[in-house]
Amino acid sequence: MENRPLALVKYAQAAPKWIATLALTGLAVGSAWADSKGPMVPPLPQYQAECAACHIAYPAGMLPAASWKRVMGSLSKHYGTDASLDETSVRAISQWLQVNAGTYKRVREEPPQDRITTSAWFVRKHDELDPAIWKQAAVKSAANCMACHTRADKGSFSEREITFPKGLDARFRRNWSD
Amino acid sequence: MHTFFRILGGVTLAWACATTASAGTPAEQLNALAAQAGRSPNPAQGQQFFNAQHGREWSCASCHSALPTGDGKHASTGKPMGPLAPAFNPERFTDPAKSEKWFRRNCNDVLARACTAAEKADVLAWLISLKR
Repeated sequence: MENRPLALVKYAQAAPKWIATLALTGLAVGSAWADSKGPMVPPLPQYQAECAACHIAYPAGMLPAASWKRVMGSLSKHYGTDASLDETSVRAISQWLQVNAGTYKRVREEPPQDRITTSAWFVRKHDELDPAIWKQAAVKSAANCMACHTRADKGSFSEREITFPKGLDARFRRNWSD
Repeated sequence: MHTFFRILGGVTLAWACATTASAGTPAEQLNALAAQAGRSPNPAQGQQFFNAQHGREWSCASCHSALPTGDGKHASTGKPMGPLAPAFNPERFTDPAKSEKWFRRNCNDVLARACTAAEKADVLAWLISLKR
């Protein structure tokens, strides 16, 4: 499975640098801000197959390139588990992540431990939640987007798609609109 | 004499290919593991191994559940996963490279080392023994 660059990127490589910058920024905005109206970058099938085995295929635009580089360079120690992968897959997925990583102003900052969930924008967007919610059995961890974002696995995080997690204690109902 | 060894070599090679290259079924993968282990697989031991902790936080059952005939759930991310027993999920143990990848990762998470061929054979024998 060859990772073909998107036509836009191919074009941008031959174009002056400012066009490349514009094009890449456009891509990143679409993927990083899934609740924006922009088109989402469809994930590389290999990324979907390998990474979404244990969690959703997090939109590539949710981490900056430097973070993805470290993540892909340390898969045998991946947030407490061994996620090691053959070298061919690592190379293909890394390449795709570098092209589609977040370059939008809010994502450029490398979050602590290269975790999406420690990014300033993530923390701000979830600051109305009771911190105890992440530890509940119905949620398990902040990495489990699907607990509330019903279409997170499709890369979609629109406000309208947020539902109260099944089996979560009603005392967490504060601030829920569904 | 040379001819004899050439033929013997050819036969050995053909046999090796037959046992490894076409390991597209759980039974074929079990045979290959048993051959590597040099003993018959022990399903009861496999069940015990699967459900025990091995000096770390997780057992195999932490994600696959104690009776892997139903869905499992990733112990840290909560992501649901299909049953591990082949009779309940026809995709399981049909791709040797995939089986090896997951044994490598999961044995490292559960035991902090690679599993032996005998341990893998025992577990797979138990999984295959789980019928509808």
